[in-house]
This record gives sequence, structure tokens and C-alpha cells, in this order.
Amino acid sequence: MAALRPAGDFDRSYEQDMAVLRRPWQWAALALGAAVALTAPLWASAYIVTTANTIFYTIIAVQGLNVLTGYTGQISLGQAAFMLVGGYTSALVTTHFGLPFPLAVLVAGLVAGLVGLLFGLPSLRVKGFYLAMATLAAQFIIPWISRHALPDLLGGTSGRIDVPVPVILGVHFSETSQYYYLSLIALVLTTLAVLNISRSRLGRALVSIRDNDLAAELLGVSLFGYKLRAFFIASFLAGIAGALKAHSQRGVGTEFGYGLEESIILLGMLVIGGLGTNLGPFLGVTAVVLLEDLAGLTGQKMAEWFPALQARFLTSFRPIFFGLVLMLFLIFESRGLAHRWQMIKAAWRLRPFAR
Amino acid sequence: MNWQLVPQQLVTGVLNGGIIAIIALGIVLIYRSSEVFNFAHGQMVMLGAFLTWWFAGGNETGKELFNLPLWAAVPLAIVVMAALGLVIERLALRPMTGQPLLAIILMTLGLAQLLEGATAIIFGIEPKNNFPAPFSPSDVISIPFPGAFNDTIIIKQALLATFVVAIVAGLMFMLFFQYTRTGLAMRATSADHELARSVGINVPRVFGLSWAIAGIIATLGGVLLATLTGVSLSLGVVALVAFPAILLGGLQSFVGALIGGLLIGLAQALVQASSVQVVRNSSEIAPYLLLLVVLLIRPEGLFGEKRIERV
Repeated sequence: MAALRPAGDFDRSYEQDMAVLRRPWQWAALALGAAVALTAPLWASAYIVTTANTIFYTIIAVQGLNVLTGYTGQISLGQAAFMLVGGYTSALVTTHFGLPFPLAVLVAGLVAGLVGLLFGLPSLRVKGFYLAMATLAAQFIIPWISRHALPDLLGGTSGRIDVPVPVILGVHFSETSQYYYLSLIALVLTTLAVLNISRSRLGRALVSIRDNDLAAELLGVSLFGYKLRAFFIASFLAGIAGALKAHSQRGVGTEFGYGLEESIILLGMLVIGGLGTNLGPFLGVTAVVLLEDLAGLTGQKMAEWFPALQARFLTSFRPIFFGLVLMLFLIFESRGLAHRWQMIKAAWRLRPFAR
Repeated sequence: MNWQLVPQQLVTGVLNGGIIAIIALGIVLIYRSSEVFNFAHGQMVMLGAFLTWWFAGGNETGKELFNLPLWAAVPLAIVVMAALGLVIERLALRPMTGQPLLAIILMTLGLAQLLEGATAIIFGIEPKNNFPAPFSPSDVISIPFPGAFNDTIIIKQALLATFVVAIVAGLMFMLFFQYTRTGLAMRATSADHELARSVGINVPRVFGLSWAIAGIIATLGGVLLATLTGVSLSLGVVALVAFPAILLGGLQSFVGALIGGLLIGLAQALVQASSVQVVRNSSEIAPYLLLLVVLLIRPEGLFGEKRIERV
């Protein structure tokens, strides 16, 4: 926060120093954003509300990945699998134990977090590519378990079970325009949590592991302990995102995705948004979700023009667009959209002297 | 355990492992020269298979551009894939020199997505079962073996042929690295980029060359896989089991890649001899369970260098 502040801009109290929002325009932006977000289901089209709902819970999953990959520097190729764990947990505890929705989401996060810890254990011995392989193993093993273990409970090879409509205090959140608020509340809470993790002792410890693990250990940061914490936070948030996704789609299972491709897309969202920034997940998820809609639209248009090749056009533009944009970002804008936004802000402040 | 099935599964497993081994070889090759983990290798394998199928006259609309015999289609596909390897190295990987590991891994993952989508658009998403394989699945050799199921071991000719081709190709590449000037240059580059440069080796050219050779190996692997399973978009995922094979064998070792591939093939086949249904179903994740065990017990693999970064 302290970076790039103009001369003469001091904090005069501890409250000021710790404030998240420190400028009038930030308060104005927050008020405007809150007003738009809260009233959106009243005036926006169904498409916008549905897309916003998807973006909200996907941001939560990417925020988790950001703690693990962006701050701690540990590569995970298994985030989608932990979302699957969360989705199943929430579905099972609401159906079989009748747990209220907010509690179920929390339990989903905890269970996913514990499973994440399990697969984070190899980080005791290995890192980098080797750890990526351990999480890749999770990405194959967890969906396999959901298809083959306890077929009565987990839906077996059909790869899906039904998830009930969330009910809070007698209100049924059955429409997306209502469910939207649940995702929004969850997103606000996780955003505050991640923001405070990133600027507290825990977050600094994680960043020190990423930047130089040897130096971090010499400064008294327990590598194993903090890495496991990062794994727990990442899969906890994945679990919450998975629970929200499951209740939003009214079903969970391998039928709904949760494969390696999803995990790669979540990583791609993080990189396109900006690794290790709190703004990154917001920008990256929005950009990629809109990009995928654009790809879908392109595919539909192409299918209309060449009906003979309909099947291949309808599905194939998604991976092409995503892969191409990810590669271009890695080459030309490897610090992501968040960095670009910082540059724009700096250019605005320094105008007309610097570009 | 269903002991009657074990001899049969042992043979099938080793033969299947040959194909995993040749796919793994391509990944190790690129890793050794440029320290890039090519997650797109599976997609290169798939594309190689599709290209061969296309050159050999495969086309569902019936208007084929080419109608070459297999012995001509394979070299053509190899040339195209080698060129593609060069292009990928130049456009995608060279700008990433010196970037962190995550960026390079993501680059190859993005490349994998791009190749998968492009293959689907160019060749269609339907599986092709008219691959001109030289053997049909019903061509089998029966070997009497007392104690096995029906007292015989059945070997599919296609499987045996692919195994032989895979092993011969693998050994040829190993000889190439050991005894030719170019191979020596590639080994020198993998040992130390700067030193290699100082003795006059053109390091960027070596990178390009290793991607071109990886394209060739990928095409071979793709043709072998297609002979057994037909051509489809799922070949890319099938080829992912090469990663556990590499880690099992050790990242830097060609011999390790070959033996790791055989072991992974064995593991996949042996669980199918189990009498428990769940264990039989686990053959698709057996490589990954094995991978977790390797990571916990011996992260450097069987033949790898102990240079691995420990925490």
C-alpha cells in the first residue's frame, strides 16, 4: 500500500495507516460499486446476472489459488478438484444432515481444506515442478474417487448428484437473481479475508517463502507450516467456491466439469489478472469469463455460416481463444491486468510529465 | 488377486509401457536441453496421429486430399510436426527464456489448449476409427503358458509391433545422443548453457532442434497409439500418464524414461488382474498413486540426478 505515494502524503494515525480505503475517490468507487452490485438483479438482464454470479464464485476459487500460487509461489494444478470436494461436501451435509446453507458452505470449505492439506504434504519434500505433479495427481485421483467410491452417496459413474435449493430463514434462493446475493456476500467476505491475510504477518511470511525460501527459513518462517497454511487457505476457498457453484447449478459431480482443464483455466485467470495482487483475481476472472462467452458466440456464428462443420465450431473456440490469450499475456504482459491498471493510475498521476 | 490373469497382464503391461516410454522420451528430451516441462507433448502426440490419419486419406466427408499408404503418410506427418516443433520453440518458448517456472509451465499448458482446439477445428471432434493400422485388433499370437487363464497368453500383433517400434526408436535416439556430434551438442547444452555457448555451440539452435526432434518422437508415439486405439481428441489425455513415468524414471534420464514407462504400463495392467472391482477400475489413476509414492519416498526418481531442490 505504501508504494508509489506522492511526497507529503502522510498517515497521521494508526487508523489511517491501516485503512483499506484511503482516498475520497475510493469511497466513492466503493459506494458506486456497491449500489450497482446490490441493485443489479433489478435492472440487469438475466445474462448479466447469471454471468456475474459465475464470476463471483469463480473469483473466490482464484483468490485461493492466488494465496497459494501468487503469494506463496507453489504451483497447483488441482484447484478444480478441491472445488469438487467442496461441492460434494455441501451437497451431502445439506441433504443428509439438514445443515443450514451458510454452515454447509463453511463445512465444505473446511473439508476441502483438510483434503488440500493432505495433498500439500509432499511440499514437505519437494517444490516447483514436483509439487505441480503432486497436485496433478490430486486432480486425477479426487474425481476418480467421486465416480468409483460410495456410488450410492456420490452418484457413481453417472458423475452427478442433485443439490437442494439453499434456504435461509425460510427464504428459498431458487432464482439466479436471488442466489446472486449469496455469491456476492461470500465474495465480499473472502475478499476481506484475503486482503487482510495478504497484508498481515501470515501474508508476509508467504511472500517471503515465494521470494527466497532459504532466507525466509533463516528469518524464522517455518516453511512447512506456512506452506501447509497456504494449501489450507487455497483449498478452503476452493471448497467454498465449489459449494456455491454446486448450489447454483443444483448439481455436483464430474458431469459438471471440475477436470484438469478447469484447473488450468483457473491458473490462467490468475496469471491474466496478475499473480500476487488482490485485484488480479477480479480482473482475470472477469476477462476470461467474458472471453469464453465471446468464444462461444464466435463458435455459434461460425456454425451458422458453415452448418456442415457445426459440431467442431461450437466447442473448439473456447480452448483456442483461452490458450492464445494466455500465451500472449505470458509473452507481452506477464504481470497481468492488475499491473497494467497500476501503470494507468501512475500515468494519470504523473501526467503531463511521464508516460 | 486373480493369479490366473497375472501372466497375461504382465505381458500386456510391458507392451503397453513401450508406448508410454516413447511419449515420455519426447518430454525428457525437451527438459534436458532447455529445462522446459512440455505439458503440450500429449497434444503434439495427438496432432501427429491426426496428421498421419489425414495424409493416409482419412476424411469423413469422403473427399480426401491425400490418399497415401502408411509408409508415406508417417514421414510426411513427421516433417510437418518437426516444423511445428521449430515454430513452437521460436514463437512461444524463446520469449520465455529466463522466466520463472510457473510462467513456462503455463505457457506449455496454454499451448496444449491451443493445439487441442486447433486440432478439433481442423479435423473435427468425432473419434476416427478408420486409422489405416497395419494390424487389426483380431490379429493375435497365442502362446501356451501353463497356469495362465486358459493356459495361453494372448498377444495382439499390433501391441507387439508398437512395442518393438517404440523400443527400437527409443534406443536409436539414445545412440543418437551418445555418439553423434549433434547429440553431444545437445548433451552439452543440457549440462550448462553458458559453457556450451563458450565452446561454440549454438544454444538457441539446439533448443530448436530438440523441439523438432520432440515433434518427430511425438508423431511416432501418436501413430503407435492410434494403431491401438484409433485417432481421437482423448489421445492428449492418454499421453499424460507419461508424466508419472518420467518422474518415476528420473527427470534427466532417457533410460529412466524408458523404464519408467514400462513400469507405469505394468502397474496399469497389474491392477486389472485384481479380483476387487474398485481396484480393477483404478487403472486410470494407478500411475498417479504411484507418482505420489515416488514423490514422497524418492523424489529424484530411479535414475535421476540428486540435484532436485529439497526443502
